[in-house]
Amino acid sequence: MRTVISTETLYSDFVKKVEAISEQTLPSCYQCGKCSAGCPMCFAMDLLPNQIIRLAQLGLEDDITKANTIWICASCITCSVRCPRGVDLARVMEALRLITSRKNIDQVQIPEIPKETIAELPQLAMVGGFRKLTA
Amino acid sequence: MKLSYYPGCTLKTKAKNAEDSAIASLAALGIELAELPRWNCCGTVYSFAGDEELHQLAPVRNLIRVKETGSDKVVTICSFCYNTLKRADLLVTNNPEKMHTINTFMEEEIDYEGDVEVVHLLEVLRDDIGWESITEKVQVPLTGLKVAPYYGCTLLRPQDIAIDDVERPTIMGDLLKALGADIVDFPYATECCGSYQIISNPDFVSQRAWDILSSAVRRKADAIVLSCPLCDANLGQKQKELMHTHSEFKGIPILYFSQLLALALGLDPEVCHFELNYVDPQPLLESKELFRH
Ligand code: SF4
Ligand code: SF4
Repeated sequence: MRTVISTETLYSDFVKKVEAISEQTLPSCYQCGKCSAGCPMCFAMDLLPNQIIRLAQLGLEDDITKANTIWICASCITCSVRCPRGVDLARVMEALRLITSRKNIDQVQIPEIPKETIAELPQLAMVGGFRKLTA
Repeated sequence: MKLSYYPGCTLKTKAKNAEDSAIASLAALGIELAELPRWNCCGTVYSFAGDEELHQLAPVRNLIRVKETGSDKVVTICSFCYNTLKRADLLVTNNPEKMHTINTFMEEEIDYEGDVEVVHLLEVLRDDIGWESITEKVQVPLTGLKVAPYYGCTLLRPQDIAIDDVERPTIMGDLLKALGADIVDFPYATECCGSYQIISNPDFVSQRAWDILSSAVRRKADAIVLSCPLCDANLGQKQKELMHTHSEFKGIPILYFSQLLALALGLDPEVCHFELNYVDPQPLLESKELFRH
């Protein structure tokens, strides 16, 4: 992947926002990859969780937004409990999701969910999903 | 002994089988669960954001309801409710400033002061009753039943709310062993089922379900046993589809641990509501002579 790194992105508001919402220090990550090694959803991700935090460190918001990763993450917290640097990556993922959601952008269109699916799913699937994937 | 009990939304509908079997089992073990008055949805998923106190109102309000009953402990059966209530309590207990903000916002309520302990039913069984006392009460030992305990995420992660070892939990296996079952260890016991992705990426959840179910089958488990209604739906509902895509797959029943507890205690199988299980476990239980119509 080709990336252009500049001081502009490195010191951008984006990086500060991610750190503020997630309450994590992004440079703590030293790219060991343990998070991605254990991520149960990584088979479906465009970019791996460790690549996402690397992009976040560098302030490359567009590359993160283009990838499906943060919307595939299931908030299972496996990465967070295993990170040798104590980075709570699940919280970084959440901060990245919120930066988009707070612009009122939804990942699921609730009116489009078929009636049968709504009847089948338990409440916690819907409440949980709407809270993580919609504004 | 009487304990405050927070049910949550799903246990009142799709997971009635978890609730009724749990309440009846605890009663048989001498513990009465007193359902909280005026409880509300806990919010299901705990908010990980550092700047979203609003999302902590729902769980904290439930903890206030517990306080109002004069109790300092609340039992949950749903793994998600456990996680959300427990984490909300920890958050405000460790952050007096956030606690103050939340209390001020809910000025119509009494103040929450971090004074409620949130526990999961499995902890009550282990810590308040004990495996040996449970074994003594077993009427129908689950002899010959090979079960794979599946923990999922929310009972174990993050570390500070884990009811057991984060990577190698034994609590559910210990219970099932106390009931006489054979425990099947399998490598997916603590892996995520795909969770709420079922609403936006159901195909990826199918993949997760297949990995988990086929691993348990390879280990020769007769059934998977769990605690979480979302895991139950994801692993249960997907089986029809998986039998199509994987012709060798014959399906595997998924049971709540409380259903097996009720059966082993010799309670009326009615409390297990097996009709709500996505894969009918009755033929299996009959073949092991644990159940009769
Ligand atoms: S496990 Fe932690 S340190 Fe390693 S790559 Fe992931 S976030 Fe970075
Ligand atoms: S929390 Fe998200 S990124 Fe981390 S292991 Fe789970 S699914 Fe992967």
